[in-house]
Amino acid sequence: MSGVVFFLVAILAVASALGLVLRRNPIHGALFLVVNLGCVAVMYLLLGAEFLALAQVIIYAGAIMVLFVFAIMVLIPGKEETGPDPLRLQRLLALPLGALLLVEIALILQSSVFTAAPHPGVQPGYAAGAGGIQSVGRLLLRDYLLPFEVTSVLLLAALVGVLALAKRKAG
Amino acid sequence: MGLQPYLILAACLFAIGLFGVLTRRNAIGILLGIELMLNAVNINLVAFARYAADPAGLIFTLFTISITVAEVALGLAIVILIFRVRLTVEADHLDLLKG
Repeated sequence: MSGVVFFLVAILAVASALGLVLRRNPIHGALFLVVNLGCVAVMYLLLGAEFLALAQVIIYAGAIMVLFVFAIMVLIPGKEETGPDPLRLQRLLALPLGALLLVEIALILQSSVFTAAPHPGVQPGYAAGAGGIQSVGRLLLRDYLLPFEVTSVLLLAALVGVLALAKRKAG
Repeated sequence: MGLQPYLILAACLFAIGLFGVLTRRNAIGILLGIELMLNAVNINLVAFARYAADPAGLIFTLFTISITVAEVALGLAIVILIFRVRLTVEADHLDLLKG
């Protein structure tokens, strides 16, 4: 059952990623990214990480995508990326480069690092509900309290930085 | 379900995202490609957390997501500022730092 769901969602994820890359219109790209992020959230659910799936939908598909769509609406009036391409050779080179990277990763995945150790599914130490809100929250506020607090400082710094950038006068 | 399918999916998404970053001409398209790559990494982290029975991977993913939020907010602010100054977001035209 979970295998069928995995393959359907994986196909949808790869298709939406391809759509994001191949469509010229950035607003279509942003909408494809929403589909892709939803697929990744389903992957998290399949992996038993319920809290991360929720965070994915709320933060990525909610907040970040609204930001993206807003920026695209402000900056790009209609069609973009037309006209002759000054770096055509460079872009043609991108496809073989990306394919090369994929082949390299595939070779690594085939290597003994991942195939030697058997993966019989869930390990015994991984209790049911380990990806739920309770256990993640307990982990976050007990074992990883300092990084958690530092993250809030990071977000504050980003907030101040964005405000400083946005208030600057043009020219 | 083994670990392998998740890693292969993440590798595919990462390669597609890299292709997008290399080929897109406007800065927002490049940022979208970076989002794709970060998500592929997150899938890897969660899959490893599940199959190594170590919930630390979930915490890493959580931090990745929050850092991505900061990155996107700052990146888009910079892009909007660049648009105000140069009236374009095409990455190829932004060569002020070129010698």
